[in-house]
Amino acid sequence: MKRLSTFNITALTLGFAFLYLPMILLVIYSFNASKLVTVWAGFSTKWYGELLRDEAFLDAAWVTIKVAVMSSTLATVLGTTAAYVLVNSGRFFGRTLFSGMIYAPLVMPEVITGLSLLLLFIGIGLDRGVLTIVLAHTTFAMCYVSVVVSSRLVSFDKSLEEAALDLGCTRLEAFRLVTLPIIAPAVISGWLLAFTLSLDDLVIASFVSGPSSTTLPIKIWSAVRLGVSPEINALSTMMIGVVTIGVISASLVSKRNSVRAQKDAQAAERTV
Amino acid sequence: MRRFALIAVPYTWLLALFLIPFLIVFKISLSDIDLAIPPYTPTMKDGFSALIQGLDFENFVFLTTDDLYYKAYLSSLKIALISTFLTLLVGYPMAYSMSRAPEEWRATLMMLVILPFWTSFLIRVYAWIGILSNEGLLNQLLLWLGVISDPLTILNTNTAVYIGIVYTYLPFMILPIYAALDRMDDSLIEAAEDLGCSRLSAFWLVTIPLSKSGIIAGCFLVFIPALGEFVIPSLLGGSGTLMIGKVLFEEFFNNRDWPVASAVAVILLLILIIPIVLFQRNQQKQAEAEA
Repeated sequence: MKRLSTFNITALTLGFAFLYLPMILLVIYSFNASKLVTVWAGFSTKWYGELLRDEAFLDAAWVTIKVAVMSSTLATVLGTTAAYVLVNSGRFFGRTLFSGMIYAPLVMPEVITGLSLLLLFIGIGLDRGVLTIVLAHTTFAMCYVSVVVSSRLVSFDKSLEEAALDLGCTRLEAFRLVTLPIIAPAVISGWLLAFTLSLDDLVIASFVSGPSSTTLPIKIWSAVRLGVSPEINALSTMMIGVVTIGVISASLVSKRNSVRAQKDAQAAERTV
Repeated sequence: MRRFALIAVPYTWLLALFLIPFLIVFKISLSDIDLAIPPYTPTMKDGFSALIQGLDFENFVFLTTDDLYYKAYLSSLKIALISTFLTLLVGYPMAYSMSRAPEEWRATLMMLVILPFWTSFLIRVYAWIGILSNEGLLNQLLLWLGVISDPLTILNTNTAVYIGIVYTYLPFMILPIYAALDRMDDSLIEAAEDLGCSRLSAFWLVTIPLSKSGIIAGCFLVFIPALGEFVIPSLLGGSGTLMIGKVLFEEFFNNRDWPVASAVAVILLLILIIPIVLFQRNQQKQAEAEA
């Protein structure tokens, strides 16, 4: 049995205070009645009302969600395919280049990715808008998806798929009925990761978006450059709330699943 | 045949949207600025031989003559190095304490470390503006406590940039170190203590070397993105904070000098290749050690 020393408790308390206090303060001050963000003038929810009446913000939110859903779905399909190819296809022509292109975007500075894609879109005469942002987000998100999925595929028992093939499945059926259900948790977390990355991206979107396709981070950015604003605090609080609920419920679901799996295993042992 | 199609789709996608764009950046970095649309010359329209002849290293020579760029690269390196070190100082005790925590707490502690990562990066940086500004909450607290008599200027200085980088990249430091410490066999420390080591020297001689791979991985995971960082220096840094990501952005959008912006990008990438290769090697060594 391990016990925490005073040092351990202090380190954890200070560390988590550092991680969470800024966000907690942001949430508290979003309910501040004063326009001056650093002076407390009583509880109010008026900034939420103003935010929800602000057409420009609602439009940007809608564009952002559209882009995130499209790009994360596309990225999941492409990234899962790439991971499957990398893990299962053995050697093929240009494999090193392929795996290099999967890993490079993960470490590429966003300013470079954004600049290079913008120059491509201008070069081929593609108008900047929702489509260009989707293409850009899909490209870097598919690499993250591929890394998440391939780590699951590596530990996957290949003989299960072979058994399905022996029993008369086609390759596609074997993938759909055997491989996909087993790697599903990784595919789902890949999708969630891609979705969050797209929702969050400011730099690449600033390069490749057009005037009619302002995303929420770009909107926040232009507001925030003028200093702290209570409406942005309200918006941040809503975003933090959604993420917190999402992450906590996801972890509860996975905990319940693992408890259930444990019970099943115990039940199986008893019957044997 | 089906296998070929399976490989071809993601392959073509990455060639078209990752490799080719980068080659375009490289090509434009060798071009000259021009008052046209697009604002550089030569272009593909000029024909292939004119295109090749029109390319030169002028922009790279320009980067060495104007000391703004040279200073921006050096100061990016400095800021990234210092903040990586600070992140290690904050992150290591946290990762260490997490690995000492009782089994049933660990999943929750892990979730608490990962949760900020899912929250918007921009919002987490923004949260510090209200804390660090002259009338901000930190100054109000310190004035109220009587620690200082005049507000400290923190926002719009490099200090604010360090705080911002440590804050946003802390999870990247904690997770690999925690993973390394978690694998460690506790009986090794007991053995060291039985053999006469003090607690502190057992920590230095056993725990730190055994978590080395995690420390290295964490440092690279902070250093690499910090070097090209744009949002943090722009929001928290001042006019004196020079970072290369910011220079590139301004060169492109404010000065509209595409060839120079492209040359800045090419050099940033060349600087990044060294830490990336070292990081890859560390990861490979670790994977081999585990196998």
